[in-house]
Amino acid sequence: MVKSKKILALVCAVTMAAGLMACGSAEKPVETAAETTDATVTEEAPVEETQEAVAEEANTNISGSISMAGSTSMEKLANAVAESFMEKYPDVTVTAEFTGSSAGIEAVTAGSVDIGNSSRALKDEEKAAGVVENIVAIDGIAVVVDPANTVNNLTKDQLISIYTGETKNWSELGGEDAPIVVVGREAGSGTRGAFEELVGVEDACAYASELDSTGAVIAKVASTPGAIGYASLDAVDGTVTAVALEGVEATVENIKASNYFLSRPFVMATKGEISEQSAAVKVLFDYLVSDEGKEVIKGVGLITVD
Amino acid sequence: MNGQESFSIMGNSKTTSAIEKTAQGIFTLCAFIAILAVVSITVYMVINGTPALFSVGIKEIVFGTVWKPASAEPSFGILYVILTSVIGTALAVLLGVPIGVLTAVFLSEVAPAKLAAVVKPAVELLAGIPSVIYGLLGLMILNPLMYKLELTIFKGSETHQFTGGANLLSAVLVLAIMILPTVINISESAIRAVPSQLKAASLALGASHIQTIFKVIVPSAKSGIITAIVLGVGRAIGEAMAITLVSGSSVNMPLPFNSVRFLTTAIVSEMGYAAGTHRQVLFTIGLVLFVFIMAINISLSKLLKKGDKEQ
Repeated sequence: MVKSKKILALVCAVTMAAGLMACGSAEKPVETAAETTDATVTEEAPVEETQEAVAEEANTNISGSISMAGSTSMEKLANAVAESFMEKYPDVTVTAEFTGSSAGIEAVTAGSVDIGNSSRALKDEEKAAGVVENIVAIDGIAVVVDPANTVNNLTKDQLISIYTGETKNWSELGGEDAPIVVVGREAGSGTRGAFEELVGVEDACAYASELDSTGAVIAKVASTPGAIGYASLDAVDGTVTAVALEGVEATVENIKASNYFLSRPFVMATKGEISEQSAAVKVLFDYLVSDEGKEVIKGVGLITVD
Repeated sequence: MNGQESFSIMGNSKTTSAIEKTAQGIFTLCAFIAILAVVSITVYMVINGTPALFSVGIKEIVFGTVWKPASAEPSFGILYVILTSVIGTALAVLLGVPIGVLTAVFLSEVAPAKLAAVVKPAVELLAGIPSVIYGLLGLMILNPLMYKLELTIFKGSETHQFTGGANLLSAVLVLAIMILPTVINISESAIRAVPSQLKAASLALGASHIQTIFKVIVPSAKSGIITAIVLGVGRAIGEAMAITLVSGSSVNMPLPFNSVRFLTTAIVSEMGYAAGTHRQVLFTIGLVLFVFIMAINISLSKLLKKGDKEQ
């Protein structure tokens, strides 16, 4: 009796541990949801004459706070920028909220935040309200297939029909007689959100595989004959082929020239021109076009603007 | 301790009582750490897992079949996910337990000592391989094979969605292999614990070795083997890393060649970017998993108690 109780206790502990490890490994600390801070920026710092000088010297005199709100797709970018910027300028606090592009633009229009993040171009009426579109980066998504696939160009309609599950075989698209294996990202992923939005297949996709990282998508597509997937342009390597869309190759040049439709601008909108902003905000924009800032933008898989 | 040092169990009363008390204190403290962990995990899971049940609705979550957590009108149905875990685990156990129990019989009864000396460490090594390795092997070897099978079976099918081999069957095969060490090790010690008189008596009565194994030894080791099975179930239902790589991870009905998502992989794959209600529902999935594990433990303790009474 006693022995069996001991075994029982051991058994319970082991099973529970096994079960809970699964939960435990998934628990990441909750993203720091930055609280809304007062939008007023204390301008104690003497503003330098040339902006370049401000950006070049690690000007620790700059102090104050910058608040931004907006696109959830820009969460990675905004957090990366905030983090590296605050490291360089310790006296500046950058806070970011992720409420959606339109909400971000509304907030900056109302003047409750310094910067409104938007993962789409501004509408004319938004610009008319005095908000200036500052494109800081471009998000480009490549559609990839396995290297053996003979299809090298897809139209938007074909892409829609593949991802909604209507087209099931590559032979319908001029390729070999092989079933299409539709690979995508998990719900909540920024790449998935952007892809579905730009192609116009929100919540209508029939995925055969939902993977939780860009690398996994590339690996799956590379190893599965007939697979199709999507990933940030910078993640595409030699193991997969990026197909042209509407005859346009997925290249940085084409995306910058806005010929390639599977891309979107990341806008940090300000009320009025950048030159009218507070010192801290000006320094932030200078930082974004500096080499350091460009590294941060590239670091989160985005294309920089010149 | 070397032989020259003298040691008496009758120390003087003062030191004894001090040592005794300290030792007791340490033991109690250690015991409480484990209890504290269990209690805090339980409380944490309940606190984090229940809000979504109220805000979304128990029925919508547990019996809903549409999982669209990030859409404009989100839907958080996890019925298919629950069914996948249940069916996947059941199939893995169905496959793994016979192999495991028979291996245990082989190791303890049939195998020549030299062969057992090879097989036994191999089984123990199997237990030590990290689950992500199982997953990678499944991804690189099992999935392509499975895709070939899929292409043959569903050739010309208009309705089947091709998964590239990442399906329920792949996950079940990986799980079946993963539970083998647990089942083998515990069954083997149960079989070895059967009193040798029983075996001797059976053989003396004229039963063959195989008859003795199946009519006397295995039935006598029943409660140990059941423990092994339940532990195997626990391992299979709690596994995440290996099957997230091979199961395809789309929420679908758990049919053999469908891409499926398990309770564990549902949490792992979406926790990264989930926010708001979506995140809460992921914790609810954790709670469901927790309830399953608890149910397994309770049924195990019931079984063991029953076994005790019978003896």
